[in-house]
Amino acid sequence: MIKDITIGQYFPGRSPVHRLDPRVKIMLALGYIVILFVAQNAWGLGLGVVAGFGAYLISGIPLVMILKSLKPVVPIIIFTSVLNMLFVEGESLFHWWIVNITREGVHTAIFMSVRIICLIAGTSLLTYTTSPIALTDGIERLMGPLKKLRFPVHELAMMMTIALRFIPTLIEETDKIMSAQKARGADLETGGLMQRARALVPILIPLFVSSFRRADELALAMECRCYRGGEGRTRMKQLHMGPGDFVASALVVACLAGVIALNLLVK
Amino acid sequence: MTAIRTEHLTHTYSVGTPFQKVAVEDVSIAIGEGEYVGVIGHTGSGKSTLIQHLNGLLAPTSGKVYIGEQDLWADKSKLRSFRFAVGLVFQYPEYQLFGETVYSDIAFGPTNMGLPPDEVDTRVRQAARFVGLSDDKLQKSPFELSGGQKRRVAIAGVLAMDPKVLILDEPTAGLDPKGRDKILGEIREYHQEKKNTVLLVSHSMEDIAKNATMALVMNQSRLFCYDRVEEVFGRGAELARMGLTVPQVSRVFLDLASRGLDVDARVYTVEAAAEQIIAKAAGKGVAK
Repeated sequence: MIKDITIGQYFPGRSPVHRLDPRVKIMLALGYIVILFVAQNAWGLGLGVVAGFGAYLISGIPLVMILKSLKPVVPIIIFTSVLNMLFVEGESLFHWWIVNITREGVHTAIFMSVRIICLIAGTSLLTYTTSPIALTDGIERLMGPLKKLRFPVHELAMMMTIALRFIPTLIEETDKIMSAQKARGADLETGGLMQRARALVPILIPLFVSSFRRADELALAMECRCYRGGEGRTRMKQLHMGPGDFVASALVVACLAGVIALNLLVK
Repeated sequence: MTAIRTEHLTHTYSVGTPFQKVAVEDVSIAIGEGEYVGVIGHTGSGKSTLIQHLNGLLAPTSGKVYIGEQDLWADKSKLRSFRFAVGLVFQYPEYQLFGETVYSDIAFGPTNMGLPPDEVDTRVRQAARFVGLSDDKLQKSPFELSGGQKRRVAIAGVLAMDPKVLILDEPTAGLDPKGRDKILGEIREYHQEKKNTVLLVSHSMEDIAKNATMALVMNQSRLFCYDRVEEVFGRGAELARMGLTVPQVSRVFLDLASRGLDVDARVYTVEAAAEQIIAKAAGKGVAK
């Protein structure tokens, strides 16, 4: 069923990770990426893995969700692993025809794979624990300085918020229209590519029509409530940094320091 | 003859996730051919889920659905033919219009059935006539029409399939009183002429009282009762406890009965109520 598609993979909760300020959380996610790329050896990367794992445990997000987030990048992981194994030069482990797998190649392949896995899992934790609205709010605030350059930060954030808000609505609408046309005998499951494309017309047209209608209504409703852009607009939910934010930041900085230290100590 | 029968029909949404929810639980009903059934229930009582099972849009989590004598889910490849036998008009059906012309939109169903073009043409014109659309409207774009007209086009799109069972989910929602009477009148006429089975989901007890012969009441995912309309409305107190109302006339008579007056509380139309009052008055000799 189309309803089962999860977009905006927010997992509501009240863990310390959930309660972090979205601005801080975005910066910490960036910090985590830096850690992963600074790490030069297994020890440093191991520290990164432990840190990411720990964050998941604290957040209370089921660990199966890590696997779910990794699903789309599996081809990339396999692809880079294969390339690394084949083209990194060094001590040969296995040689056949033009295929030459080296010890260094295997090492790099594993290292890169772990790095990509951590990268995806870490950034997924951000979207798992932050509601899409809080996320756009955080992005808007972080991009605030760009306003000086006349970059339409508020408009962009508002568009993102509205788009996110309407995803479930439109999915529901699509579902309803699909059911209605199926009730009139529309055949969406069989036939060749052209036939299937043509079968989509009775679904897409009503969907477009209703999206435009909704957009019109929303614009009217916003104008009725005197919306006139970001200038001088105050917020109902102010973002506040709490002690938790400082603790989390300190932990990430400590982790980064640890990784750099490990880089220097272990050669 | 039964038109539709369900056996211990249960439907659970999002099985195995935190959002799991039982929408329909253990519903067994048999709807006779030619009945006009009013389907009543709160928002979220499972009415919409129930009716989507009757033409195979939703598959039961457990239980069976029979159309006539045939098991709906016995052979998946035949599912489509059942959808033509059980026509379903969704809520706000005007939002599914897509045709370039009213004609092509109404013809969508019959064309999908694989009927020959002249048969499609007859069906489209007949369906348009039933919902009171004049011939000159047929070549217009459905998006040019008024809200009420659009809805009638959408209903005609289902009528044109000439289904044995016609199910309408709140066909009058959001219409003015004149529009709703018109649509309900057209459905009643269609029912009388075609002698098919009609299920009407409605929040208006007056509409049910005026049109239906049987009433199906859903409460908290379960079937509360399926009975003749007067029997159902005679249980006004129980309906009120579920947060449902009965027609105003029924309410007056239920009240009278509870105050010890010897009246038949199963009355649900103004006409029947008037008759009873006249009979009572005549019996006591106070009639003029």
